[in-house]
Amino acid sequence: MLAFFTPSSGASPNAKEIDSLFKITLVIALVIFFAVEGGLIYALIKFRKRKGAVPAQIHGNTRLEVGWTSAAAIILVGLAVLTFAKLGSIQNPPNSSPGGAALADDNELLSASTERKLPPNGKALEIQVIGRQYIWQFVYPGANEPDGLGAPYSYEELVVPTQTTVSLNIVSEDVVHSWWVPALGGKFQAVPGYHNYTWFKIEKPGIFRGQCAILCGRGHARMIATVKAVPPAAFEAWLANQKRLIAQANAAAHLARAKLSTQTGAGQVENP
Amino acid sequence: MATYAAPIPQVSAHRVEREESGWTSWITTTDHKRIGIMYMVLTFVFFCLGGVEALMIRLQLGAPENTLVTPTTYNQLFTMHGTTMVFLFVVPMMAGLANYFLPLMIGARDMAFPRLNALSFWLLLAGGIVFYASIFWNPPEAGWVSFVPLANATYSPSGGEDAWIYLIHLTGLSSLIGAVNFYVTIANMRARGMSWGRLPLFVWTILTYSVLLILALPVVAAAVTMLLTERHFGTHFFDPTEGGSPILWQHLFWFFGHPEVYIMVLPGFGVISEILPVFARKPIFGYKAIAASTVAIAFLGFLTWAHHMFTAPIPEAILVFVMLSSYLIAVPTGVKILNWIATLWRGTIEFTTPLLFCAGAIAIFLIGGISGVFLATFPIDWQVNETYFVVAHLHFVLLGGAVMPIFAAIYFWFPKITGRMLSEGVGRLSFALIFIGVLTTFLIQHVIGMDGMPRRVYEYPDVGHLALYNLISTVGSFILATGVLVTIVNAWRSLKVGVIAGPDPWKANTLEWFTSSPPAVNNFDVVPLVRSAEPMKDIRREVERRTAGVPSAGGATVPAGATQVGV
Repeated sequence: MLAFFTPSSGASPNAKEIDSLFKITLVIALVIFFAVEGGLIYALIKFRKRKGAVPAQIHGNTRLEVGWTSAAAIILVGLAVLTFAKLGSIQNPPNSSPGGAALADDNELLSASTERKLPPNGKALEIQVIGRQYIWQFVYPGANEPDGLGAPYSYEELVVPTQTTVSLNIVSEDVVHSWWVPALGGKFQAVPGYHNYTWFKIEKPGIFRGQCAILCGRGHARMIATVKAVPPAAFEAWLANQKRLIAQANAAAHLARAKLSTQTGAGQVENP
Repeated sequence: MATYAAPIPQVSAHRVEREESGWTSWITTTDHKRIGIMYMVLTFVFFCLGGVEALMIRLQLGAPENTLVTPTTYNQLFTMHGTTMVFLFVVPMMAGLANYFLPLMIGARDMAFPRLNALSFWLLLAGGIVFYASIFWNPPEAGWVSFVPLANATYSPSGGEDAWIYLIHLTGLSSLIGAVNFYVTIANMRARGMSWGRLPLFVWTILTYSVLLILALPVVAAAVTMLLTERHFGTHFFDPTEGGSPILWQHLFWFFGHPEVYIMVLPGFGVISEILPVFARKPIFGYKAIAASTVAIAFLGFLTWAHHMFTAPIPEAILVFVMLSSYLIAVPTGVKILNWIATLWRGTIEFTTPLLFCAGAIAIFLIGGISGVFLATFPIDWQVNETYFVVAHLHFVLLGGAVMPIFAAIYFWFPKITGRMLSEGVGRLSFALIFIGVLTTFLIQHVIGMDGMPRRVYEYPDVGHLALYNLISTVGSFILATGVLVTIVNAWRSLKVGVIAGPDPWKANTLEWFTSSPPAVNNFDVVPLVRSAEPMKDIRREVERRTAGVPSAGGATVPAGATQVGV
């Protein structure tokens, strides 16, 4: 029943923590909601105009004013304390589980930004999320050329290993987009010229759906994202296969280009 | 509705110029009442246009994977809807109400700068016409927030975006001129005896509204000017490849955009604070607390803009600061709501249509206020921001804080403007439809958002209960629209057949009820000396004393030892 009133959650620790913060806030909010709406409705019914009733000519009550002002402030201070208590577990990723994918020490990541949160042992699978009208691209580690090119990538579907802390580096190539998979935690804008970071850690294999959450143009509604969590071994196999497919496709394209240039004459197709 | 027939001391004018008539007299008028009427009629027309756009949006979303409108049309619809409701309905409607009633409430004969006042109106009209003319070419489609780079020339090449910029500039200029005018009028033209502590609370909110406009509008004017030069003259304010920043636009827009929320709702709060005491037959509870909370909300409103940007790449220190300042703003807002309930407490509440709209407004605004606390908590905001949860939140805030109070104001002040009462029965029907319509349309949108549906999408897949929830919302929007239609019919009929109101049909508290309905061109022949925050109450008591305590029609009792007030 409570699920009706709460956002999707469950697959990643940060989403779970946001969900529990939401539920506590919801309970406090419902108490205030019923108390105030109840008071309003009670006043409207109880003090409706009746024969012989004389309205009390009260101009105010300073003690009452001070009382409810402080009460409101105290409730909000409580909420703030609660949020700060939860904040660490929402923002700071945990280490990968022992069963997770083997990760290299990624110390260069630490210099990427002071705002980027890494697990205590500094190891996370870094995936770059690139937003563009109207598709998400995911670039995985494994560049085989010195300039960072040749890394395996995929579109729309992000494949990740289970039990592994995945750190997302969210960027955009055109307009502002917003990365959001509800079950894996909050949304983060992809802004041209900026890096935005979030993370998730999925325990069990599964498929999680999301989509771009900021208006990015006419195809905004179709800019979907899927995260597929698979066991680490399957992930390694998938990544190797993806690399192979991309290499094949590149080779085929190279051949096609060469063929095209012999047909049309060199120089006519400069940069297909 | 019984008309109030008790004798009211009015001095007949010895010589009054014949009122000008004919359409040219409307174009050339500088009378604050006529300008106010033109403001209110024009903005209500825009409200209806924005409403039709909303209904088309809801029709498209009534079924999953609907193909009623194209994605382009859909983007244009919500851009037009949001822009219209904010810039062409709520803000100028408040200006219209203030135009008509502010001078009357403070006992002035016109605004301080009558010609500037006319200029404000015509600028608004010009902005509205150009903006709506764009529907014959290419309407804007980048949303009412026009985030860059989407709104720049590369991604929104059509002239619609320029029409949007033009609208922001013209309505901004209109509001700015109006705000200066209101401020000067309030500061200088109050009746004798009307100290700051006796200023009607609606006037307090208009004063605050004016200050907010004066501080916030130059920022958005600068922002859209930068967007204009970015689009046409090759500047790079928002272009990261040239050292600019798209985040700059978000900061500038929301530095205006958040105070804009209070620009829209504070006058609505003022209307509620005026109407509740009249029909509870009790003084407002905590006049000073309500006036002070208005100013506190306005001040804090300038510190919270970045809570619209919690998902943007901004430093964590800002997230924390803005969360706390947003929490803080809930305190004065809560104080207002509790003061209103305390005003009703131990009163004798008469369930007239204006009171119903005010009570409904409080009930609805409270929902928006509470969901605002969720959104102010930034980790929760990360989940629910940019979804239908936010759509629900902002509609509860604006319908409760601005639109329902505007309807309360229409029912409350229609007799003063036209001299005739609106039908109470039809009014109650309209209230019931609007209230039920709002709840049906928007309560379920919280759930739609939490189920993962982002806002501003033209279609959604048929997963979970999304189809059912959206259908409920669509049905609700048509109930709401029917309620608005009923009020339009009511006003149309009542203009001809409504009960003659007389000067003070509600036995209200403020000076606008001292003069005839509709008021003469010069408003007052004699401006009474103001002795309290409720001058009309003093005047009625004085009348009753002079007529040897004979109770007037309507039966208000005179408390023993009431202060005697000379007129």
